[in-house]
Amino acid sequence: MDPYALKTLNAERRARRAAILVTDLGDGRDRIVREGDQVAGDLGAAIAKAFRSGNSGSVEAEGRTFFLNAHLPQPRLVVIGAVHISQALAPMARIAGYPLEIIDPRTAFATPDRFPDVALHAEWPQDVLERQPLDSYTALAAVTHDPKIDDFALKAALDANCFYIGALGSRKTHAKRVERLLALGASADQIARIHAPIGLDIGAASPAEIAVAILAQTILAFRSRGLDAKGAAA
Amino acid sequence: MSDSIYLDEARDPLIIAEAWMKDGKDVAIATVVETWGSAPRPVGSHLVIDADGNFHGSVSGGCVEGAVVTEAVDIIGSGKARMLEFGVADETAWQVGLSCGGRIKVYVERLG
Repeated sequence: MDPYALKTLNAERRARRAAILVTDLGDGRDRIVREGDQVAGDLGAAIAKAFRSGNSGSVEAEGRTFFLNAHLPQPRLVVIGAVHISQALAPMARIAGYPLEIIDPRTAFATPDRFPDVALHAEWPQDVLERQPLDSYTALAAVTHDPKIDDFALKAALDANCFYIGALGSRKTHAKRVERLLALGASADQIARIHAPIGLDIGAASPAEIAVAILAQTILAFRSRGLDAKGAAA
Repeated sequence: MSDSIYLDEARDPLIIAEAWMKDGKDVAIATVVETWGSAPRPVGSHLVIDADGNFHGSVSGGCVEGAVVTEAVDIIGSGKARMLEFGVADETAWQVGLSCGGRIKVYVERLG
């Protein structure tokens, strides 16, 4: 392995950015490909697939055999709001493999008693997200219903290109939210990425059912990353 | 997937390999490139080895690490990468196998 490739790979992994180490198993030469880098032909198609699935494996291309070792950051879910939905969502997300953090400055809501074994921040999103910025391997669900708490986090999620952004509230509530986000400087295209009403439409009624709908929509968004942009049908 | 969203730097084989390299050590990196049947570690898993036979990580959960380390020390010396294959049906080629019944292919190369 090329020492420079190893250093580059570790730097990408530390920064929570996806990278693939491509090794020619014939001559041992290797290189790092970052998400979004253009690679032509069959090798490029295999690399794009590995970025989506996160699965490593060998591929035959250009008469050679390449090994693609896909290093994807651990996806995670940040929830704004220590509410009833979040109480159900926390254990579900953990089981599904999406570590979850909850942010809510209202100390009456964000109590360890209500959220055992959960990374819980009884602080404003501004303060937490400054320490632990959002990124494209983070999903954000805003469920407080309170613009003072939700709006900043939603704008930050749009700017960080979070792979999933959902916001609780009716269409009417969301229309008002769109106006506020425009005023904060978000573009209409950015705002169109927000899932509102939140969650896959499974007819969810109870807080726990809404949690299922949010988690399902998060997984769908993660597993179909990049499909829209490239116009490819899986 | 692990519970943490950050790298476990103290145990991450590739981070350790980079640290060893900075310390001036010669290092080999072993990577699982293919598995058949029930294999304990997924494709892409790493074992990193230094010239003294110290190692971190795993390619099989303990079944074949000893043999990989021996090969790796050779490869550090020669600089020539090698593909190793292990499995229960392959005992003539290798005196170690996988008790789980799976087979694995491990690519071992020198760093630098």
